[in-house]
Amino acid sequence: MSDDIWILGITMTKFGKHPDLDTVDLAAQAAMAALADGGVTMADIGVLAAGNLIGGGGLGQQLQKQIGQTGIPVYNVSNACATGATALRTVIMAIKAGECDMGLAVGVEKLSGAGLLGAGGTAKSDKNVYEPSGRYGAVTNTDGRIGTNNMPGTFAQIGMEYGHKYGGTSFELFAKISEKNHSHSTLNPLAAYTKKMSLEQIMGDMMIAYPNTRPMCSANCDGGAAAVVISGAKLKTLSLEQQRRAVKVSASVLTSDPWSESCQVLPDVNTLTRMASTQAYEQAGVGPADLDLVELHDCFATAELVHYDNLQLCEQGGAVDFFTSGAPWRDGTMPVNVSGGLQSKGHPISATGIANIWEVCHHLRGEAGDRQIQGARVGLAHVIGLGSACGVHILEKSAA
Amino acid sequence: MSNFDGAAANLLTMGPKRCTYKGGPMATAVPIVDYLVLGDNPHLIARECTGCGARFFDRRNACASCFATTFSNAPISTTGELKAFTIVAFAAPGVPVPFVAGVVDCDGTSVRGNVIGVDPDPDHVALGMKVKLTTYVVGTDDDGTEAIGFGFAPLEA
Repeated sequence: MSDDIWILGITMTKFGKHPDLDTVDLAAQAAMAALADGGVTMADIGVLAAGNLIGGGGLGQQLQKQIGQTGIPVYNVSNACATGATALRTVIMAIKAGECDMGLAVGVEKLSGAGLLGAGGTAKSDKNVYEPSGRYGAVTNTDGRIGTNNMPGTFAQIGMEYGHKYGGTSFELFAKISEKNHSHSTLNPLAAYTKKMSLEQIMGDMMIAYPNTRPMCSANCDGGAAAVVISGAKLKTLSLEQQRRAVKVSASVLTSDPWSESCQVLPDVNTLTRMASTQAYEQAGVGPADLDLVELHDCFATAELVHYDNLQLCEQGGAVDFFTSGAPWRDGTMPVNVSGGLQSKGHPISATGIANIWEVCHHLRGEAGDRQIQGARVGLAHVIGLGSACGVHILEKSAA
Repeated sequence: MSNFDGAAANLLTMGPKRCTYKGGPMATAVPIVDYLVLGDNPHLIARECTGCGARFFDRRNACASCFATTFSNAPISTTGELKAFTIVAFAAPGVPVPFVAGVVDCDGTSVRGNVIGVDPDPDHVALGMKVKLTTYVVGTDDDGTEAIGFGFAPLEA
């Protein structure tokens, strides 16, 4: 019991446009709110992990200068879209290792107006003579000539590959997944976009990479999230109210790609997610049927479908039937992305892996207001960063 | 990018081969990437692990699957089945859209490439489509050298 790991305080900022706040401001806002939520101060914190991808580096130390410099070890973490979950897991590992009994994990990103991610290919223009360069000996820009590097196109293929393997997918099916998440978002005041969208609106919107139209893509936005993590032994020394609101981390897992044939040319987001969920269910001693809600990484509508399967919410190959049964709607048997998901809540990359844990904790604490999943006791949060890294956390309501 | 990639290019054991002699009166051609082999029967070539047969289109220090350190060159089948695709309508500046990007299963080896020779719309591209490798001129540099690209076109029945 004293080896248990708990979330003592956790928060996310409003996701959206924050033109007046920089990366460090957002991190400070999230961190101070998480400390207040846990009823502790920086004096209690023994380790800090700070996740950020495009802020320029060294976020953790900049954050300390805003909220309190105490000389504790700082880990600046970068792990693609799994950065937030990796920061959290870094703190969890430090506590498990006995180096300290309380730590702070922060993830923050400024992404408003960032445009198309992954489309970094720049043509050689300084000297127009073909010379091979790079790992593939390319003589010119290959993006768009040998497939696509951009994220909407990459994840579109991942959904289509599932359809090729198991059948049953269509443009309309993927759009319906997005319809669900946009519908859920209407109940989340912290989401970047909270408008319900009809199937016709979603399918008729601007096509980005078939079958993903614009509302089927995660929303670039600004946001931060932070969590205070504590050992079970230390938690016992705190107030009953703190113990009651604390959420147990029953499983914390991070995986990377094992070798697979096709992941060399198209990222395989399936194998490492299935591995992570299997390990997490074993660690937590629960199964998919025990989950009351799931926040999974719907960076695109096409991605959500494959993760129903990868997280074992359905039989292998059964994701289409699982969705069409209505199960993942908030009134279904297995509510998925009741926050609105990345498609409407937004995806400030490094904040995402903590914000989805906040969403689950919010329900387990019974504090989710209009969107509360009644009686929620166990939830799962999943993120994936391409390359790849997958984080899965299983959280349980306090018995206290 | 430039320093690292430049150094890396020098280490290539399987460099791109120019089709005809450079500087001559005839147009020379270079493949867009070093794993495209030009000539009478254009095809792709992979580095195949001698330990487990895993294939890679770039060089590896050791096999990602079994950690063996020796590789041989393996030609890839020029026909295959389209197992995933997307139609990119919105891309980085300079990338002409729309285009069909996909993954082709070439006799068990997954290959990334565009589907060409079809209208880029969902009525003309289908999962499971049989395709074959074709080449085309991507562009010409200031020396008159042509860059040859590849794509996958529908295989006529």
